[in-house]
Amino acid sequence: MSRFSGWRGDVLVALIAFSLVAALSLGVGSHALIDFIIRLGIFGLLALSLNLLIGTAGLVSFGHAAFFGSGAYAFGLLMQSGGWSVPAAVLAALTGSALLALVIGVLCVRLSEIYFAFLTLAFQMLIHSMVISWVSLTGGDQGLMGGIPKPPFLGVELARPAHLALFSAFCLALSAVLLRQVIRSPFGVALRMLRDNPQRAAFLGLSVFRYRLGAFVIAGTFAGLAGVLMALYVSGAFPTFLYWTTSGEALFMIMLGGIGTFLGPILGAAVFLFLSDRISGFTEHHGLFFGAILLLLVLGLRKGMLDWAVDAWRARGKGRGV
Amino acid sequence: MRGGRLELQGLRRSFGGIVATNDVSLDFAAGSLSAIIGPNGAGKTTLFHLITGLLAPTAGRVLLDGEDITGRNQQVIVRRGIGRAFQVANLFPSFTVAESLAAAILTHEGRTANLFRAFPPTDIVGRAGEVMELCGLQHLAGAPARQLSHGDQKLLDIALALALDPKVLLLDEPTAGMGPDERWRMIGCVHRLWQARRMTLIFIEHDMDIVFRIAETVRVLRYGTVLAQGTPEQIRQDPAVIEAYLGSEHALQAAP
Repeated sequence: MSRFSGWRGDVLVALIAFSLVAALSLGVGSHALIDFIIRLGIFGLLALSLNLLIGTAGLVSFGHAAFFGSGAYAFGLLMQSGGWSVPAAVLAALTGSALLALVIGVLCVRLSEIYFAFLTLAFQMLIHSMVISWVSLTGGDQGLMGGIPKPPFLGVELARPAHLALFSAFCLALSAVLLRQVIRSPFGVALRMLRDNPQRAAFLGLSVFRYRLGAFVIAGTFAGLAGVLMALYVSGAFPTFLYWTTSGEALFMIMLGGIGTFLGPILGAAVFLFLSDRISGFTEHHGLFFGAILLLLVLGLRKGMLDWAVDAWRARGKGRGV
Repeated sequence: MRGGRLELQGLRRSFGGIVATNDVSLDFAAGSLSAIIGPNGAGKTTLFHLITGLLAPTAGRVLLDGEDITGRNQQVIVRRGIGRAFQVANLFPSFTVAESLAAAILTHEGRTANLFRAFPPTDIVGRAGEVMELCGLQHLAGAPARQLSHGDQKLLDIALALALDPKVLLLDEPTAGMGPDERWRMIGCVHRLWQARRMTLIFIEHDMDIVFRIAETVRVLRYGTVLAQGTPEQIRQDPAVIEAYLGSEHALQAAP
């Protein structure tokens, strides 16, 4: 095995990718590009964290945006209260999202498949309703208004879009390295066993409940980080963050990019954002176009783009007897 | 001797009005090789479910080396040392043979909570290799479980249970769905495993030639009750068994 096949290799790839993005955003510096990089960091991370549940653990959650929203609201509220530095507020928001995922997870992960999916959806709607009705804290359907202060830390000024783009790309790159390690670790192998065959895993002595819960909390925490970035990006937090459509978009990105390949969700997020920008340029009927694209993908490729590319590459290798 | 005596005392399980297991008392000595036979619906697989914790008995007790493990869940029972292979190979389709066994060993040792090491840890690889060799699977180490032949899938299923180094190994029809040649290859393998590890091995089997060839003792179930038990020779001569199950053909044949 090569020295760079493990996490060291991932760090290397992440560093190269981050440097490229940094060079691009500082060098080109166009407003549209910087905007795109920020949003790719946010939604790439959201989709990537959801795919830990779907692709690795085999748990299809419809309520993943609950933790995206909780991260955004927690971070926004802490920063608005004053006296919090950005790193401290980020850590607190992540802890909050992890705890929320723990509570919801304890109730959801005992259920299988469709019941799990529906219960996660139900909890998300419950939290959405709470945010809407607790006007004094959350601003109700108006969201957290008045902007979020972004005091500089370690020379990073998040109020400047280029800095936010780098911060967003950094969070995505770091999270990708960490999540990849989770998947590669014995813990990740246990998740894959549960995805493939939970009954047999139990007969080998694995606690289905604990490992599913672990995956749910980890995924929720990273979704919380995506939410923090979202709050920084729009300088606020809004109920749509934790509405089911946000979960649906994350699912869509994963299906677009591929669930079987680690970077699939990030590619899916990039394509989704790109298309979304183009389509909203000439029509208001988003859904019609995305629906058509999804149909083409499901009927044509029968898998996400990166999964398809990887399979095609492997088939080509086999054809030549490699 | 590392133990492995399995006692079933008055085990009973009913599903609504149907009694699948009715007052079954059996004693499997540590290190013994026993067959369970009986017509379809005799309650053989249900008995395995009751022993391994997939089903809880309505009444009765299961003892492993004198310790009561009745009604404990699967994870607890497997950790106490009762491993199981299934009638239909029950695998992790996307795992290769080597990965499957390494994952089984890690799970058994409670080392799956680790987030920081890479899988598989180096100390596991060799031990997974030993199990592969024991089961004759080493040439398939890199093949995904879903691509294996039927026979190799069954072998991998047994290897998964074996990777846990069980005191008691339950095999539910190890030769189900195999052709004659494959059957004997499989049963030769099972016999070698038993000789190598000396665990208590209990297998359900329909092929009487196989049962009479390798089992030390045979237990016959019918309608959820124990119809007879004894050495293969005794079972072969038992009038009740002949009438209920075997037919005269086997009774007349000489021992192999």
